[in-house]
Amino acid sequence: MLTIATGNKAVAVAVKAAKPGVVAAYPITPQTEIVEQIAEYVTDGDLESRYVPVESEHSAMAACIGASVAGVRAFTATSSHGLLYMHEMVHWAAGARLPVVMANVNRALGPGWNTWAEHTDAFSQRDTGWLQVFVGTVQEAYDATLMAFRIAEDERVLLPVMVNLDGFALSHIMQSLDTVDIGDFLPPYRLPHAIDTENPCGYGPMTGPADYFRFRWDIERSMRDARGVIAEVEQEFRERFGRSYGPTEDYRCEDADVIVVAMGTLGKEAEVAIDRLRDEGIRAGSMRLRWFRPFPDLDLAGREVVVIDRDYSFGFGGVVAHSIRSKTGIVPYSVIAGLGGQEVTYNDIADFVRNRRPGEETWFGVNDHV
Amino acid sequence: MSAIPKEEYLVKCTSACAGCSSSLCLRYVLKAAGPDSVLVVPACCTSVIQGIYPGTAMNVPVYNIAFAAAAACASGMSNAFSALGRETNVIVYAGDGGTVDIGIQALSGALERGTNFLYICYDNEAYGNTGMQRSGSTPLGARTTTTPGGKPTAKKDLDRIVEAHNPPYMATACSAYPLDLYKKVKKALSIPGPKFIHILAPCPPGWRYPTEKTVEMGKLAVKTGTWILYEREYGNLTINGPSKTAMKRPAPLEDYINGQGRFKNLNPEVLDLMRQQVAQNIQRLSREEAGVC
Repeated sequence: MLTIATGNKAVAVAVKAAKPGVVAAYPITPQTEIVEQIAEYVTDGDLESRYVPVESEHSAMAACIGASVAGVRAFTATSSHGLLYMHEMVHWAAGARLPVVMANVNRALGPGWNTWAEHTDAFSQRDTGWLQVFVGTVQEAYDATLMAFRIAEDERVLLPVMVNLDGFALSHIMQSLDTVDIGDFLPPYRLPHAIDTENPCGYGPMTGPADYFRFRWDIERSMRDARGVIAEVEQEFRERFGRSYGPTEDYRCEDADVIVVAMGTLGKEAEVAIDRLRDEGIRAGSMRLRWFRPFPDLDLAGREVVVIDRDYSFGFGGVVAHSIRSKTGIVPYSVIAGLGGQEVTYNDIADFVRNRRPGEETWFGVNDHV
Repeated sequence: MSAIPKEEYLVKCTSACAGCSSSLCLRYVLKAAGPDSVLVVPACCTSVIQGIYPGTAMNVPVYNIAFAAAAACASGMSNAFSALGRETNVIVYAGDGGTVDIGIQALSGALERGTNFLYICYDNEAYGNTGMQRSGSTPLGARTTTTPGGKPTAKKDLDRIVEAHNPPYMATACSAYPLDLYKKVKKALSIPGPKFIHILAPCPPGWRYPTEKTVEMGKLAVKTGTWILYEREYGNLTINGPSKTAMKRPAPLEDYINGQGRFKNLNPEVLDLMRQQVAQNIQRLSREEAGVC
């Protein structure tokens, strides 16, 4: 059904279709609309779920963990400080191999207080064992949320999935949304290690180095297997519902000499910049990185690369730029832009390409060359 | 005692310290709860007592969770079981540090939300698992590894904090009175909504008394009125048998204090303050039970 919705609404509509048994959440801007909408669905009887209005994000994830291992699908949503506050439990959910799904509406971190878009919140959870996908449109927020449950619950994965959407730039932007009848796209929730009082087990007790090491390797093995599962699920999604996704969304990359790599809404905006550059005779393309964990194999050989990071690792550099350098060996032109919701137009992105300096790092608007 | 089932849900030869009263309590808690129960355990002595993977000393599922998260995890679990139409008991078994300090927020939230679960705090009055550091539940004057000169402030009154949430059932218990504990767990689990039991669990290495005195130490805590056994059902207070006598004629506080190394060389002024605290507590609960306040 074709409608108009915000990014937040799109996530909530997808969650309604996924029918989680428990939704536990705590409000935080700019995520709050997601859980408000879900609370409304539950109150109105449109979603048969237990809505647990917890007293903190730490408890939100703890409740999702308890629900998930008890045998129901569990969902939460958060942003920024909320994500950081639940950090301990973010690790726990992955270590416990629970397919919790969480929407994270990407937002900057204080101080000073800033509720606008930035990716540092999600990247701070990079090593937790969660799969992370970043979306660029309202439609994709809906589609990725639906697929997140399917991927997380696949027995070859059994890891939690974080769906990331940019604060305000997507969470509060209205775009068209085509909702679907999901049919049996999501099978009934089945967790092989769900709590069974007929077969009492200890979950997460003291564990010696040999077993602990094996469990960590098992997470990594599943993370590697997840690449194939994601591809399968995205393929099935395309066959069922006609919309196609991959580890990246490539735009005019085939013959490009220079490729802009960005994530989230900046990755969509880059497409407009590419058209401008092409009009000027610059053979540019854009590659919007969708999956951050597991990190995909990127085909960038022989191209110049401009990476826009809406994040920063102090004392090191842009997280995406360094990830690409480490994965491909290509030394990109690294642009740090959009932190704390800084405005970055498609003209600015075109300028990044026009004025690129491979191997250098630029903080847009502060020490830039543009 | 004949009413207590013979089934064991905590098997023998755990890694508990000799004379551990918290594992004695757990044995009776599980006997009262029966097999359709899940134990949620944050970091505490029970994290160790249950054994090392892949073994388990428990005949019920035990879900280990991070220190601050037990009540919240139990919330999610309880809601999930309800969604699945299951009546499995969800029981948190947490130490005093995990309850009165780092876990108090999650506990408060779970109580306020009306979570259908039983939260049991076994209180050995310090962080036992990490080697006896002071917690908010450590009493005035007690020496711990982080209060080598004795704790300068009073024990946090957890029960009055819980009481402020008006749970349908709450009780205190003590490891020296297992039948009383058994009955309280049974009763708690028969009531829907949030239930809370606070067990005083003397700890030989932490309190520094001989292991064979663990039951005696619990009895002295009750007989001196330091620990009062009571229940609150829908707000109505009932003082339980052993404490009724103790509150009328409490044994001298020294009977309890002198046997414990943690109170060695107690300043007489501190002892006096402790006496006052015991007397005030007895008076407050007596007046309430008599309907005076």
